[in-house]
Amino acid sequence: MAESTLKTKSEAPKENRLGLKPADYQGGKSTLCAGCGHDAISNQIVRAFYEMGVNPDKVIKLSGIGCSSKTPAYFLSRAHGFNAVHGRMPAVATGAVLANRTLVSVGVSGDGDTASIGLGQFMHMIRRNVPTIYIIENNGVYGLTKGQFSATADEGSKLKTGVVNDLHPMDLCALAVELGCGFVARGFAGDPKQMVNILKAAIAHNGLCVIDVVSPCVTFNNHEGSTKGYQYSKEHQELLHQIGFVPSFEQIEVEVGPGEVKEVEMHDGSRVLLRRLEEDYDPANAIQALQRLHEAHDRGEILTGLVHLRPEKESFMDLLHVVDEPLATLPAERTRPGRAALEQIMKELM
Amino acid sequence: MTEQAATLEAPVARAASVNDLTIHVATVNGSGSQSSNNVLMRAIFQMGIPVSGKNLFPSNIAGLPTWFTIRANKDGWVGRKKEVDFMICMNAQTAKDDVMALDPGAICMYDEPLNCAQYRDDLRFYPVPFAKLAAEVSDDSRLRKLLTNMVYVGVAAELLGIERAELEVALDKQFKGKKKAAELNVAAIDKGLEFAKANLSPQSLFRLERMNETAGKIIIDGNSAAALGAVFGGVTVVTWYPITPSSSLCEAIIGYAKRFRVEPDGKATFAIVQAEDELAAVGMVLGAGWAGARSMTATSGPGISLMSEFAGLGYFAEIPGVIWDIQRVGPSTGLPTRTAQGDILEVATLSHGDTQHIALIPGSVAECFEFAIQALDLAEIFQTPIFVLSDLDLGMNNWMSEPFAYPEAPIRRGKVLSQEKLEELKGQWGRYADVDGDGIPYRTLPGTEHPMASYFTRGSGHDAQARYSERPADYVATVDRLKKKYATAKQYVPRPEVDRKPGAKIGYIAFGSSHLATLESQQQMKREKGIDVSYLRLRALPFTDEVFEFIRTHDRIYVIEQNRDGQMCDLLRLELAEEALKLRKVLHYDGLPIDARFVTDVVCELEC
Ligand SMILES: Cc1ncc(C[n+]2csc(CCOP(=O)(O)OP(=O)(O)O)c2C)c(N)n1
Ligand code: SF4
Ligand SMILES: [Mg+2]
Repeated sequence: MAESTLKTKSEAPKENRLGLKPADYQGGKSTLCAGCGHDAISNQIVRAFYEMGVNPDKVIKLSGIGCSSKTPAYFLSRAHGFNAVHGRMPAVATGAVLANRTLVSVGVSGDGDTASIGLGQFMHMIRRNVPTIYIIENNGVYGLTKGQFSATADEGSKLKTGVVNDLHPMDLCALAVELGCGFVARGFAGDPKQMVNILKAAIAHNGLCVIDVVSPCVTFNNHEGSTKGYQYSKEHQELLHQIGFVPSFEQIEVEVGPGEVKEVEMHDGSRVLLRRLEEDYDPANAIQALQRLHEAHDRGEILTGLVHLRPEKESFMDLLHVVDEPLATLPAERTRPGRAALEQIMKELM
Repeated sequence: MTEQAATLEAPVARAASVNDLTIHVATVNGSGSQSSNNVLMRAIFQMGIPVSGKNLFPSNIAGLPTWFTIRANKDGWVGRKKEVDFMICMNAQTAKDDVMALDPGAICMYDEPLNCAQYRDDLRFYPVPFAKLAAEVSDDSRLRKLLTNMVYVGVAAELLGIERAELEVALDKQFKGKKKAAELNVAAIDKGLEFAKANLSPQSLFRLERMNETAGKIIIDGNSAAALGAVFGGVTVVTWYPITPSSSLCEAIIGYAKRFRVEPDGKATFAIVQAEDELAAVGMVLGAGWAGARSMTATSGPGISLMSEFAGLGYFAEIPGVIWDIQRVGPSTGLPTRTAQGDILEVATLSHGDTQHIALIPGSVAECFEFAIQALDLAEIFQTPIFVLSDLDLGMNNWMSEPFAYPEAPIRRGKVLSQEKLEELKGQWGRYADVDGDGIPYRTLPGTEHPMASYFTRGSGHDAQARYSERPADYVATVDRLKKKYATAKQYVPRPEVDRKPGAKIGYIAFGSSHLATLESQQQMKREKGIDVSYLRLRALPFTDEVFEFIRTHDRIYVIEQNRDGQMCDLLRLELAEEALKLRKVLHYDGLPIDARFVTDVVCELEC
């Protein structure tokens, strides 16, 4: 199988553009099972935020409930974190972004958290295009409640106990495309390079980013017969394209042959490079995205890459026409109308 | 005078009264009678007579019966009064019941085809051919229907002595500059006036005469008052999911905020989001409160139920936010357009586990305004969800008030550590540490640029440093401190209003929209029975010491409320077990606003 990423850089420096070290992006010690896919994703988040030089003080990380939703405690300790209630991260993240639009918002959820109890909020957050990097750590089961099937479990996949799932799985990427999401990607916790580039592109995007990541649960869904384990996922990962990412603050020439690479300019001036593999793929084309997702699913493959990308879409905060500064800290002079205003209303009511 | 329009003399004598009258208008929902009723009420108000207007409407957009009650009273008693003096029957569906419910001697004006006079011979009837009169104003059949309602305004005005000039002013206000509409409506009113003058025999039983008791006063509904309070209280994030009777609160915020909270460059200093449900609405409020916004939502009972899980998170993780509950009859959808005070117990401890919420209970439109501001302050001071318990009667009906005073006190943002403060502290701080001994910890806002600013918010157990903890001692310390914080709130919430009558053995406790009825009953007890009654009006949870003192110093306490079980009384009994037997319940729960006579009758049964 081809490499999932395009090489755009040779070696990582010891400090990022803010002068911060990787340690400034670390989180607390994980309490998840050794080998859990979720921990791999946390590491990829640390790396992406470090390399992008995002100020960790200006990041918020929110989650619902589940093993996956515990992970915000395990990355970016310098960011304020909020472990909310089951399935309701979207509402809490939306509120936080409304209060302070200058923050970078990261939401972590699980397949149970998003595809079942939180499905409504997930869909409405997409509809609103609230600027947030929404990561679904998808293992096909409820890890924290000890291994029940989730709504993303594949038809025919088997629990350790032998129970077979006979319901159709929900494809959260297809759903996000359908709902008009401007940034939809699928990754695999076992492919860190691709994940890091997807995350960097997400950081550069203004609007909601849905990233569905196959993230094996080594304790409850990594056995023979499971379709979300490491082995199965490695064997069935199908690449849409090779992803390269050039941040806005770097001038890098990428060695690629002419005509092979599609370049998408992101909101912050960064460039996403997508090198074609078997066939041409236009990430702005929703119909093509849905078709490829369905076809791959029918073949039993896991399609990964930047499924859908529309960086020009207006975000919720733009649509609301709120002031540029955080609403949270506006001074009283700007949030309490003057005496004359009240007097005028009182007169109208007399 | 034509045969048809002759009035039938009522054989029952009633004492004539001036400026003391209840008008009851029965119409069909969706027939456009609302503006006519408002014009009637406003004109009386402009004549200087204290007045209130209550809309008793069904859960329906069009077709079901609806009533509007106007009470004018020279002494200012404008709470609901059950007895109707002047009935206007416009609805065939209810005409018979409307007529049968009247007290002997009342006046009944009706749409002629309804033939109301057939039902009783002890009322004074005025048949009016409304359709014919409206047709003379306009030949547009759709308009005619609406104009019919204005014709009854004219007839009633002539019979009662409402000044034409004031009707015109009221119409102007109602149609705000829509000249064409105003003109047509004036014509309809004149039609009614002329008809009454020419065809109906005048009556002198109930008269309205100019006085000077409303000068400088305003008329407003509680939801609009709350909206104004929020806008002047510096609210920055508002979320909502439509539900009667709370929708008009958020809709009014939208109106006022667009007028007064948009900066010269066209950008707003607020964000208002219509959420997908109440779960999302309250989730957004807490997310926004956590990130430092002054945030609020408004809902009613069903929405409160959905907010339950988040309410507990907000309490335990200590996140500010304001939740207005405009109560209606429950459970489930209940009677969605009828009033109640039935969510007291639910709100007091909303959520699972040990929770206790601070709640403010406005008893007037002025308090809706004040408490809207105060709730936003208290939410940030106490870092917890603050509930405001209003109801349909207070929220959606029209009340007279002194103009609202501009908030002089500065906006309070609570204990927030800034970047500078953190530097001073050398980063040494604990999110849940009780530094000041009042149970209220310090917080930092997301985005504060300091390596030690961040902390992790969770509903799970945590220690003073906001670290995950399942240690028994940590959990106990957390919930005990929360209890202490709740006790501290007693010094901050609005104190009860106490009217202690010297030597009184009995006392009333009431709250919210029961206020005027309670006050009027207190006066009835004195005037009619010679019994002095003290009165304490609750304005918040937790109860403050004045409440216990009041109960201790009276022999018997009547707790007046608008629910079946006496929820507030039970809360008082829980906290004051040794006085429990003193507390008696006066309970009104039929969906209509409580009235003074009801209170007096119940109390008299036990006292007189
Ligand atoms: C209201 C509510 N219902 C049920 C639960 C129990 N619960 C906790 S985590 C979870 C499922 C989590 O699954 P997923 O989101 O896939 O996360 P994972 O553990 O697999 O990473 C459930 C049902 C809860 N916390 N709250
Ligand atoms: S149970 Fe599964 S999902 Fe949870 S930590 Fe363990 S491996 Fe990860
Ligand atoms: Mg899962």
